[in-house]
Amino acid sequence: MLDVKKIRSDFPVLSKTIYGGKPLIWLDTAATSQKPRSVIQAIVDYYEGYNANVHRGVHALSIESTDAFEAARKKVADFIGSPTSENIVWTRNATESINLVANTWGKANISPGDEILITAMEHHSNLVPWQQLAREKEAKLRIIPLTDDHQLDLGNIDELINQSTKLLSIVHKSNSVGTLNPVKRLTAMAHSMGATVLVDGSQSTPHMPIDVMDIDCDFFAFSGHKMVGPTGIGVLYGKSEILESMDPFLRGGEMVLEVTYQDASWSDVPLRFEAGTPNIAGAVGLGAAIDYLDKIGMQNIYDHDVALTEYALEAFKELEEELTIYGPADPEKRSGIVSFHHPNVHPHDMGTVLDRRGIAIRTGHHCTMPLVRSLGVPATARASFYLYNDNHDIDELVDGVKEALRYFRNDSQPS
Amino acid sequence: MTLNHLNELYREVILDHRRNPRNNAYLKDSTVCGRAINPFCGDEVHIQIQISQNSDITCVGLQSEGCSINVASGSMLTEAIIHKNTNQVKDIINNIRLMMQGDTKGEINLSQENGDILNLVAVRDYPIRIKCALLALRALDDALSKMYGI
Repeated sequence: MLDVKKIRSDFPVLSKTIYGGKPLIWLDTAATSQKPRSVIQAIVDYYEGYNANVHRGVHALSIESTDAFEAARKKVADFIGSPTSENIVWTRNATESINLVANTWGKANISPGDEILITAMEHHSNLVPWQQLAREKEAKLRIIPLTDDHQLDLGNIDELINQSTKLLSIVHKSNSVGTLNPVKRLTAMAHSMGATVLVDGSQSTPHMPIDVMDIDCDFFAFSGHKMVGPTGIGVLYGKSEILESMDPFLRGGEMVLEVTYQDASWSDVPLRFEAGTPNIAGAVGLGAAIDYLDKIGMQNIYDHDVALTEYALEAFKELEEELTIYGPADPEKRSGIVSFHHPNVHPHDMGTVLDRRGIAIRTGHHCTMPLVRSLGVPATARASFYLYNDNHDIDELVDGVKEALRYFRNDSQPS
Repeated sequence: MTLNHLNELYREVILDHRRNPRNNAYLKDSTVCGRAINPFCGDEVHIQIQISQNSDITCVGLQSEGCSINVASGSMLTEAIIHKNTNQVKDIINNIRLMMQGDTKGEINLSQENGDILNLVAVRDYPIRIKCALLALRALDDALSKMYGI
């Protein structure tokens, strides 16, 4: 059991009231999490105490900032079970991590006729880069379909993963419906056909213990800001032999070994992929975020998410005749996210009613336009939970949803 | 308090347009069509306009896929522009934008127009929803720019 009251007091913004005294209830962590004081302070400490560029100077502050920057990299490595820090590349976010792979490994390894396999629940960040690469290389983008309760439909997986499959790029946990995918099993299947595997861990890394060695994926991508860290810092994990075989993504300072007017050679991994001055404050902040999460324990956070999801699904039951809830019914298979829709209340109107009660949820297609279209609705309302939420937040959510339903009760859906 | 706030946004007239959008039928024999989407939320508006030789809008069809503010604003927009000359329509478009930006000139001018369009002023207090109210306007813009290249 998490001490939510104490955790909440670590997050300054959660004591804010809005619209004339309504306490802020943050149910939009899947978009971005709030930040604890220790993370904010780590960033302030960096700028106030040892701001200097990394890997460049011989002076005291540069040594201090480089040490902190690399210590944060080590924390990330340990946090996801990476064998060394050299497997960790700093990026801006998961989107940039995936684009890095598409633009380097992808351009070098995908040929006409090859197949790239993704799922029907990908965020645009793990769809659009592959769609465009497939078009450019005359490769085929294939999609693992979903079951009626929005789990992967693996009925045809032996055909979908085949000798032509060069890459399986798959989301670990869906940001729209919350489904957890069997990434370890699918990685093994893809490897048996010689394919490379990327796992998008944007929604899983903040919410559960991650072990990239156990999953055995070749790449793993995530963002710092969804895991109580700052915006603008993300991570790409890669297996050493693959990262070492890859050309740089961006070119410039920091990523070179030797430069003449006509030629350049590249630094070793991971600096090869980190052209220009990196987000040093962001890396330091993410290190502090990992310290914070480690102190609470990722298994505890996962259990808390599952308990909240279970409570929410139970609480929504009294509205089940009116409301469609997407995703698997088993909270263990869909932790932390509840996406729903009512035929008479458009999600934006739902969002506005909840907002005026101090409750922040996400409404729209959640950057998964093809998935939401396949649900047959223009958008959904999504509540997402984290370590600072409790059952009271869910009670407030359900009350707010009821108010919206009452308010629009006599309205029929416009044709 | 909460409900009062909401009543301001969701005035009965807005809810009425949402329930029964005016000029909602698809217009087959249109002179020009327009479309606008909001990439952030997936809302979509389609408009078909019939324009006479002397540039009067003789018929209009508008279909919205989206929230109540989007549907109601589209419906009100069709009431305001039907039987108007396209030059007058450009003024209406301009006045709606001014009203949303808080310029009272827009409101004053719109009070002369047909239908309920002035009620959209309520959306101004919900800045995040202004884009919902302007989506139909963007579809109209799209159609007029196809017609007149502006």
